[in-house]
Amino acid sequence: MILTNIDSVPNMRIVEHYGLVSGSTVRAKHIGKDIMAGLKNIVGGELKGYTELLNEARRDATERMIAQARALGANAVINVRFATSAVAPGAAELYVYGTAVRVEAE
Amino acid sequence: MELLFQLLVFLALLALGFFVGRWNEAKHYASIRERERRFAALPVIAADDWDKDRPVRDVWLETACVVISIDYFKRIALSLRNLFGGEVRSIEPLLDRARREVLLRLKAAAAARGADLLTNLRVATSSIYGNKGSQQSIGSVELFAYATAIRYDGPDRGNPA
Repeated sequence: MILTNIDSVPNMRIVEHYGLVSGSTVRAKHIGKDIMAGLKNIVGGELKGYTELLNEARRDATERMIAQARALGANAVINVRFATSAVAPGAAELYVYGTAVRVEAE
Repeated sequence: MELLFQLLVFLALLALGFFVGRWNEAKHYASIRERERRFAALPVIAADDWDKDRPVRDVWLETACVVISIDYFKRIALSLRNLFGGEVRSIEPLLDRARREVLLRLKAAAAARGADLLTNLRVATSSIYGNKGSQQSIGSVELFAYATAIRYDGPDRGNPA
């Protein structure tokens, strides 16, 4: 599966459009990471636990989008966009969407 | 007596935030500058464009993120600043560091796969984990960057990293 965030795939021709595909996941932080983050909050700096958590969550959301595209018979998703929103205190939704297409070598 | 104790804790946290925070910042900037020189050869553009005359070998989506938190001293400085409003100079370097860091992570990941160009860069900033109004709220912000990595056909130039 080819993913791009531009409206084409370089060197490829789009032969079929399958419409919008998307994937999302809602994640909550867990208490252990929260305590570490609380300590880190005194001296500042990167919260590695959160970085990992969000990377993982985004990967899952992307996997769901890819599964949807694959079920439609697509081999690429173009114009991929990411959105993050806080749906509740301590929980965030990671949402990814794009256009599923079939591409062929030019 | 208890008041004195609380004051001491407050001052200790303030000093810890100030000195360790400043030391971390200096260390981080040194590392950022070093890596920026190392990855200077890999162009990143925000427009949707590439060299269309060259055959492309590989194309993929590259993403990177970083979550950073503010230190205690800056938080107190911010709450004072909130009384008068205006530019918050103590927070600006924090965001500057995070934004340069996320771009460097994006470049490092792309370079590891042999990318020649990162096109259509998008950067998003979100504050996700703060419970507004709560004392326990963690002042943190996420920087997320993504771009389409392009590798042209041609001889391997070797990994710049």
